[in-house]
Formats: sequence, C-alpha cells, structure tokens
Amino acid sequence: MNMSPREMISLRDYLGPHLKGRTISDGRKLVSLTDILGQTCLGGRLSELSGRSVLLAASDQLISALAMIDIDGVAKRMLLAPHDLDADHVSALIADAEIDAVVTDHPAQWRQAGIGLVVAAGQPTASAVAARTERATEWLMLTSGTTGVPKIVSHTLGGLTGAIVADGPTQAPAPTWATFYDIRRYGGLQIFLRAILSGGSMVLSEPGETVGQHLARLAACGVTHISGTPSHWRKALMSASIDTFSPRYVRLSGEIADQAVLDGLKRAFPTASIGHAYASTEAGVGFAVNDGLEGFPAALIGRSDNGVEMLVRDGTLWIRSTRTAGAYIGRDAAALRDPEGFVDTGDMVELREDRYHFVGRRGGIINVGGLKVHPEEIETVINRHAQVRMSRARSRRSPITGAIVVADVILADGGSNAQSRIRDEILGNCRASLAPHKIPAVIRFVPSLEITAAGKLARHDA
Amino acid sequence: MSVRLKIFAAMKQIAVEQGVTLPPLDDDLRLHETGFDSLGFAILVARLEDELGIDPFTMSEDAAFPLTIGDLVRAYEHVPA
Repeated sequence: MNMSPREMISLRDYLGPHLKGRTISDGRKLVSLTDILGQTCLGGRLSELSGRSVLLAASDQLISALAMIDIDGVAKRMLLAPHDLDADHVSALIADAEIDAVVTDHPAQWRQAGIGLVVAAGQPTASAVAARTERATEWLMLTSGTTGVPKIVSHTLGGLTGAIVADGPTQAPAPTWATFYDIRRYGGLQIFLRAILSGGSMVLSEPGETVGQHLARLAACGVTHISGTPSHWRKALMSASIDTFSPRYVRLSGEIADQAVLDGLKRAFPTASIGHAYASTEAGVGFAVNDGLEGFPAALIGRSDNGVEMLVRDGTLWIRSTRTAGAYIGRDAAALRDPEGFVDTGDMVELREDRYHFVGRRGGIINVGGLKVHPEEIETVINRHAQVRMSRARSRRSPITGAIVVADVILADGGSNAQSRIRDEILGNCRASLAPHKIPAVIRFVPSLEITAAGKLARHDA
Repeated sequence: MSVRLKIFAAMKQIAVEQGVTLPPLDDDLRLHETGFDSLGFAILVARLEDELGIDPFTMSEDAAFPLTIGDLVRAYEHVPA
C-alpha cells in the first residue's frame, strides 16, 4: 500500500500488482483488478476531473466500479447515481450537489444537460500516466426513499470503510464477494469496498437476470462471501438453483432479518457463517450480529470500543459514530445529526429479555382505530409458518376503524390445495403472539411481491 | 349462496376467530348484542368487500352504519350494481 496520510487514502491505495488473480465481473465481462492501476476507463481524461464535483451516472455497474477507482482521490466530490435514478430528479440533484462534471457510458445523453464537462467512461485501456491520490474525495450517495427527490448524503472513504477496517483482514484465501444490491447504493457499496479492501474479487449483479441465473453464475464464479436484504434472500431461497451455491459467509442487511429467514439460510447453507448487519445510508454500519438469532444483544446499546455509540430514545434507535454520513447536501438540506452528533435511524426497537428486536419503521406505523401496528411485526409472525416464503402486511382503509391490517403471502407451494388450512394455521400463529388489532383481517395468497430497486419489500402505504 | 347467508357465514367465521359466542342471528338482533367489537365489524366489512365486491359504508358518504342485523343485510342487498 502507498503510504498516504490516513485522510488521504483512496481506493487505488488498496489495489496493486502484488495480489494476483483479482477480478471484478458482471454477467458479460470480467476485468482484472490486479492490473487495474495501469489502466483507466476514462480514456486519458481523468486529470480533467481534478477538483471537480462529479456525477457518476453510468448505466453499467462494472463501469461504475472502475470509474470509482479512477475518480476517488482526484475529484472534489463524486455523486453515485443508481441506474434507476428518476430523470425528473436529475436537475435538482445536480444543483444541490453543485455538479460541474459528469462521467457516463452514454455521453450523448448528457451533452444537453448543462454540465460543463462530460467525460465518457468505457472499457479499461492502458493508462499513459499513473494516477495519484490528490485529495480525500467526498462520496455522495442518495437515500433510497420511495417518494420525492432523494436526499443526498455525504460520506468520506474513511467513514464508509470504518466497519471493514474494524473487522480486520478476512481469513485466507481472499474472498470472492457478491451482492444482490446495486453497488451505487449504500448496502452494495459496502460489499464493493469489502472486496477492494480484502484483496479479493467481486461479482456484480446483472439487471434482467433471473434469480436462478444469478445464483448459477455466483456458483460458477466461486463466490465465497455474499450479501443481500432479507427480501433478496427470501427470493433466492425460493429458487431451485440455491442448491448449487455454497458460500462461506452470508450477510443480511437493509431490512429486519427475522428468525425465519435466518433459519432458512442456515438450512440452505449449513456450513456457512450467517450474519445480519445493521446499516443505513445515513447512519452507516452500526453493528453485525453473528449468533444466528434475530435482534441484537442489549449490551450493544451504549458506548462500544469500536467507536459506535447507540441509544434508544422513545423506542427508536439512534447512532453516533465516525461511520455515519457527515451531512445532507443541498440548499434546503435538514440536519442529519442532532447537536450531540447522533443520527435518528427511524427504526423502532423493543427490548425482550436481554435482546432488542426491530419492530418496524417509525414512519410505517398503521393506525387501527387508534392502536398502532408495525407491518413488520406481523410479517415476522407470518414468516414463521413453514410453508410461507415471504409476506407483506399492509394497511387497508376501513369505514369503521380508519384502517385495518391485511397480509399478502407467498407460499412455498404456490398452487397449494391446502391454502385454507394454511390460512387458519397462520391466523392461529398470529393470535398466539399478537394483539387482536394486529391480526390480519384478510390473508391473500399471491404469486409474487414487489421488491424496490434498493432490494426492500415495496411498502406503498407506508 | 344469498347475500344474507354469505354475511352470516362471514360473521360466524369471525366469531370463531375472535372467541365470540354469537347469539342466534335474526333481523331484529341489534349489532351491539352480537358480541362483535369495532375491530370485528371492520374485519367483516373488509371480507365482505372481497367476497361481494362492495363496501356500502365507504361507497356512500351519508350511509349510516346499521343498528340491526336486518339493516346490515339490507345495506348489502340494496347497493346499486
């Protein structure tokens, strides 16, 4: 590694020719990471980006990854645009992030966008001059909210990699990482950074690929470490191709990991370590739990020796650490942290004996005749039934109580002729563990449930 | 099955689920005497909407909630198709 001051380390400082056989691939192309420092995907124009505020807007994840390696340490700031970014939001984001350059694999589309500098990104080619780390580039990411213009949050590479550095080196041989996430979102970027820092390789997801094709490719590429949301994993567990894949480490984040999905993964991958991490775009990585149980030990609340401090205020988890985002960016940006530096995660927890359990999002509460319900706590109970693969509880308007709760459920055997018995058993489980207003009034069996681009169960009523 | 029988079947099912002992259902029985609470009626209206395709209490702004079983059945029978 080149010895730069800690605050001046960039991605290229974790790469070099000494580690052989490192690659990054998607479903169509494979690029050597071992040789990447002698190459550039920007056709010799990297120096034009020095000190610029760059929008990285490539349709292709692989080109995005290579461009991040090029740009980090050179540009002033780099805003990662996911490929599904709403075109109506682009001009507001460009203004708020004061973007003055765009890096894209579709330069023609950006010529009229009013951005002074458009740099084309493509397949890597030999670079005439070795790039140098000039500064600590500010990493800007978008929140994954479903309504309105996404918020821009600002991170540093040091903050983004804080949890990875704290975990220490991965056991040899170097891992091959994969994720169901897009690497331009927080959960996916964490995995890309893990692959870079660990000296390993990375297998990217491919838009349009079925879950079965994706799992087959992960197996063929020898993926050892993989991460996704519980919704990603529930979908994967429904696929017959899951049997061909045997990772060493399986990670869940981004949604509540309930006992059913943890147990399902343990059955599918009996020799793997299975961990669920708590992280968000704003709060960064809080912690990871590796004991196979839902929730987290109450002892994690308070100050810890890894620099992450957590507290529970009015039932909501707040986090203060060097891994949280620095600020929201933009003219009308709200404060991201409270005066003491804590980030409000909006995730509600409940203490049961010596463990905290996530119960749902504060913004997602359903009000049934004045009584509050988290859809997630209902799903957790429904998912315990052995025939259930996935479920979504949601609000439905009622002329009597304002709202009631109903549930959509995917069964393991979709056309099961035992639906009526299974419905009764699910309702029995709900009655045994939930207050009456939390028991779904109607249970509908459905063939699929919508997952957002960020890998989360779509909650339109939340 | 008639609308009336469908309503009665749904009420009996909810009574079992809620642990409510339902008195004999006839037109003069007042709804507050059924043992159902507001949640029970909310579930009934939701399930009947799925089964019959109508919710007479949301469709009409001035629909008063019925007082008796007879009122309830008529509310479903008299909704214009």
